[in-house]
Amino acid sequence: MAAVYRSHILVCAGAGCVSSGCKAVQQALIQGLEESGLKDEVRVVETGCIGSCDLGPVVVVYPEGVFYQRVKPEDVSEIVSEHLGKGRPIRRLLYQRPDSGTVHEKIKDIDFFHRQTRVALRNTGLIDPAVIEEYVAREGYQALGKALTELGREEIIEMLKQSGLRGRGGAGFPTGLKWEFTFKAPGDVKYVTCNADEGDPGAFMDRSILEGDPHSVIEAMAIAGYVVGAEQGYVYVRAEYPLAVERLTHAISQAEKLGFLGDNIFGTDFSFRLGVRVGAGAFVCGEETALITSIEGNRGEPRPRPPFPAVSGLWGKPTLNNNVETFANICPIILNGPEWFAKMGTDKSKGTKVFAMAGDINNTGLVEVEMGTTLREIIYDIGGGIPNGKKFKAAQTGGPSGGCLTADHLDTPVTYETLQQLGSMVGSGGLIVMDEDTCMVDIARYFLDFTRDESCGKCSPCRIGTTRMLEILERITKGEGREDDIDQLEQLATTIQEASLCGLGQSAPNPVLSTLRYFRDEYEAHIKEKRCPAGHCQSLLRYEVSAELCRGCGLCAKHCPVEAITGARKEPYTINQDVCIKCGECLERCPFGAISRR
Amino acid sequence: MLVTLTIDGQQVTVPAGTTVLEAARSAGLHIPTLCYLKDINEIGACRVCLVEVEGNRKLQASCVFPVSEGMVVRTNSARVREARRTTVELILSDHPQDCLTCLRNQNCELQKLSRDLGITQVRFTGKKTNRPKDESSPSIVRDPNKCILCRRCIAVCSETQGVNILGALERGFDTVVSPAWQQAIGTTACTNCGQCVVVCPTGALTEKDDTEKVFDVLSDPTKHVVVQTAPAVRVALGEEFGAAPGTIATGKMVAALRRLGFDRVFDTDFSADLTIMEEAHELLHRLNSGGSLPMITSCSPGWIKFIEHHYPDMLDHLSTCKSPQQMFGALVKTYYAEKAGIDPADIVSVSIMPCTAKKYEAARPEMDSSGYQDVDFVLTTRELARMLRAAGVDWSRIESEEYDAPLGISTGAGLIFGATGGVMEAALRTAYETVTECELSSLDFTAVRGLEGIKEAEVDLNGTKLKVAVAHTLSNARRVMDAIAAGEVDYHFIEVMACPGGCIGGGGQPLPVDNEVRQKRIDAIYQGDRDMPIRKSHENPAVKALYEEFLGQPNGHKSHELLHTSYTKRVVLSQQTETKAETAQSEVAVAGK
Repeated sequence: MAAVYRSHILVCAGAGCVSSGCKAVQQALIQGLEESGLKDEVRVVETGCIGSCDLGPVVVVYPEGVFYQRVKPEDVSEIVSEHLGKGRPIRRLLYQRPDSGTVHEKIKDIDFFHRQTRVALRNTGLIDPAVIEEYVAREGYQALGKALTELGREEIIEMLKQSGLRGRGGAGFPTGLKWEFTFKAPGDVKYVTCNADEGDPGAFMDRSILEGDPHSVIEAMAIAGYVVGAEQGYVYVRAEYPLAVERLTHAISQAEKLGFLGDNIFGTDFSFRLGVRVGAGAFVCGEETALITSIEGNRGEPRPRPPFPAVSGLWGKPTLNNNVETFANICPIILNGPEWFAKMGTDKSKGTKVFAMAGDINNTGLVEVEMGTTLREIIYDIGGGIPNGKKFKAAQTGGPSGGCLTADHLDTPVTYETLQQLGSMVGSGGLIVMDEDTCMVDIARYFLDFTRDESCGKCSPCRIGTTRMLEILERITKGEGREDDIDQLEQLATTIQEASLCGLGQSAPNPVLSTLRYFRDEYEAHIKEKRCPAGHCQSLLRYEVSAELCRGCGLCAKHCPVEAITGARKEPYTINQDVCIKCGECLERCPFGAISRR
Repeated sequence: MLVTLTIDGQQVTVPAGTTVLEAARSAGLHIPTLCYLKDINEIGACRVCLVEVEGNRKLQASCVFPVSEGMVVRTNSARVREARRTTVELILSDHPQDCLTCLRNQNCELQKLSRDLGITQVRFTGKKTNRPKDESSPSIVRDPNKCILCRRCIAVCSETQGVNILGALERGFDTVVSPAWQQAIGTTACTNCGQCVVVCPTGALTEKDDTEKVFDVLSDPTKHVVVQTAPAVRVALGEEFGAAPGTIATGKMVAALRRLGFDRVFDTDFSADLTIMEEAHELLHRLNSGGSLPMITSCSPGWIKFIEHHYPDMLDHLSTCKSPQQMFGALVKTYYAEKAGIDPADIVSVSIMPCTAKKYEAARPEMDSSGYQDVDFVLTTRELARMLRAAGVDWSRIESEEYDAPLGISTGAGLIFGATGGVMEAALRTAYETVTECELSSLDFTAVRGLEGIKEAEVDLNGTKLKVAVAHTLSNARRVMDAIAAGEVDYHFIEVMACPGGCIGGGGQPLPVDNEVRQKRIDAIYQGDRDMPIRKSHENPAVKALYEEFLGQPNGHKSHELLHTSYTKRVVLSQQTETKAETAQSEVAVAGK
């Protein structure tokens, strides 16, 4: 019988909190409880990512649910003595709304949390991922038991189809159909693979699930194995996620010990085993055929489809491949029924989606919302809006394979269809918010630089085409753009989209096409006027002295490191643009605000 | 099961499982390709063979897209043309485009594709691949800057040959085809077979060109330059000058070599007959004395290097006979020099071979039994054609001439060395008549002929059943070797040729080549055999005279000095390479953390 504690203090050990020092806080808590004699009353629990990454290290005290942010080791003694000892929460560590200044004591009162609907992240940040009993206590492995003992294979497929669940890895293919294809594919040996090669810059929902709730994936994969007729599964995790690999490996061995994996699961004749395969750092291995090729031990490169993995996948056998977040949705559907799931979301995009918010937004982190939530709700209500009073300019969804949305789209419900219509995609759920200082040409250049670097090199349109597109974007941002560059970009983009072998190449031009669609004037300003409207592109910056405001004090000229500024005292000074190195020193030195940058 | 689909408005019925490309070709519709090589490289990488398939959002690579009932395909829509054109322009934008000075000028698939698509300008410019040429091998030159990453060479090296030294390294624009860890090809387990050169669509892989060196010696009046021509060259050289595959061009070739200035034009067929004498006697000796069996032929230098690397403990199975090229080389600077009264130091021995590995073989340090380097220069069929063009020899008008005596006298048995199964057949003709002392009623051992990968036969030698096998391509050789090692087969004698179809499909032969061309060259070889007045090696009068005047008897003392050799145990990965591999792995492990 496990010991009973009066209080649990949860320490978020997600990537963000680890970076901001949660381990030291955790150590201090353990030590503090020990010293104050509370160690048998209060238990410190290391959880997966709670989601509010910019507030880390984050600590939540249960049962009351008091949320502490930015906790430092030196705050711990106070938490122990005041809160845990005397029941008085530490006000200075509580969350304060950036806009109204209202202080919220409980996690359930904070917009960031209470506006979320957590299905895939139902346990992440709540349980200790290293203790299988905590998962079991949260209905864990009940879905597997129900599937094996009460439900037929086709019945489960039907449930998934009715639920409307679609692949959360990017393409949004109906999950039930994928399971059905693999189930129906002829073959004695089949496999289930899980795509945990999360590679979009800024996206970390799969990592958080594997680190915070690995059993939710293991259980779902076992159910998938049962349904499609596979006895072996593989989780393909990128090497950059060592903690995910460690927790997953640990969880698999726990599940084996308790008989949730292995032979004759739940006393049935179903047997299933799971292996972990670690990637070697290639983004393209998130493409399912490349992932399969990599598991086979070959250079991770995509192969043509058809044949689809459902027919001929790992080692030529029918293979069901789903993404981590997709798998994390399976068990609740089995337990609560497809109608429960289908009630969430929109007509064609059911359920919830996890988004990783980053960029110019107050609350960066992971959030799970119902499909169909508007961009405004996500960015402003949950994300807390744009910092420093800046204006929202655009949001990139779907990472480097997606596109940007503008202020005009803030009230668009986020679904697979709407985003695709707007030239973007839900993708894996990356959401990068950009304020008015962002140059959209440079953003396109940034994303293309990523896909070009990650192109596997197998097919020519992607290998050479993305390089040529990047070269064009680089010269535009350097002010060396040519008249026909936009035409060339569009020609290249069309061919790369249409002709590339896999999704990486087919979607690589999206950031360029969507910025061309919504911010064409910025491209034209760079090319024709040699001007960066956002004032971002270094080569295109221009510092100028306003003749009206300049008092002729000469401070600017005195501090200019390259003697680009000349003038007579008491007369307006001028900047020689050919000599100026755009260091900005003059702007900072001018006491009269007479120097402008544009 | 048959499937009917519509391609460009035309109904086409093909078996299920056919690709759209093959279906279109069967209906006479030409879809351009670049990386595709039927049965060897079907990976949909270059994206030149794109077509529109109704119901698919993206264009599809027809070389890998399977047909289905009712499918509607467009191979020539504006959308397809634009994508194809842009793709080829992109490939050209990362290519030196130095066609005028390229060995593959006018015989380059990329050049032809560009012309076929009507590309008159390349819209896209930017950085180009800039890597050093690899000239470390005596046989093959690799220029990564001309490589279009079609990966045919990788496929042929790993699948057809089972050698597997080439792979794609790095990624994206930096991708390069190379041996592991960017080793120089000459330091690897490359067998120099040159099949990568044969399948390369551009000038990225070529033979090492030695034509200038040969021109130099030909213009040196102090040198007596003799040339030998391998059996397979004569049935392929004509292709270089527009003749149909399978044209026999022996006489024209001999005449053309004289025009180039060779002092004597001899025939490797002569030393092939000599090889049979030595090898047949070696086999009989092994059979009678309990020697190592099966005995395996040793004519193919690609095969020799392969077995040295991959089966170093089975080298005693190899016949100790040198290849015909090297037997010839050893005799030119001894027997011939003596007979002709020429100082062997003044003799330059050149051979014309269908083979790139022969360049490596001639340069092996042990190949100096004459006291000199036995063969000084090896030219491939393609290089000979290059020399003839440079020298202005008018192939269409040149009249046939005969080989010089005595080393130009040969039999049909020597000629069939050029085709897979030929050495076996020639050996059987001689072994049979030597053992049984009866004349063969039919000289044609058809069971060992043809393009099947591994062929088997059984011959009755006076009550002894001789079990033989013939393998061509190194992956088939590997199958046979593994079967021997596993004790699954009990052959007595095996012929192995490294290249598909035997020497007629060698790495130095005219391009392009496919099984149809190989079969025509093989047919020409057997036609030539039938046309020869003498078809058994032991009846070659010049060989008989050689034994009488010089060597004594087959497998005698002098033969062993001049005509037999020994082999070197090699490893697949050198120790240095393994160390590199470990370093690379530990780097990955560190990066992983």
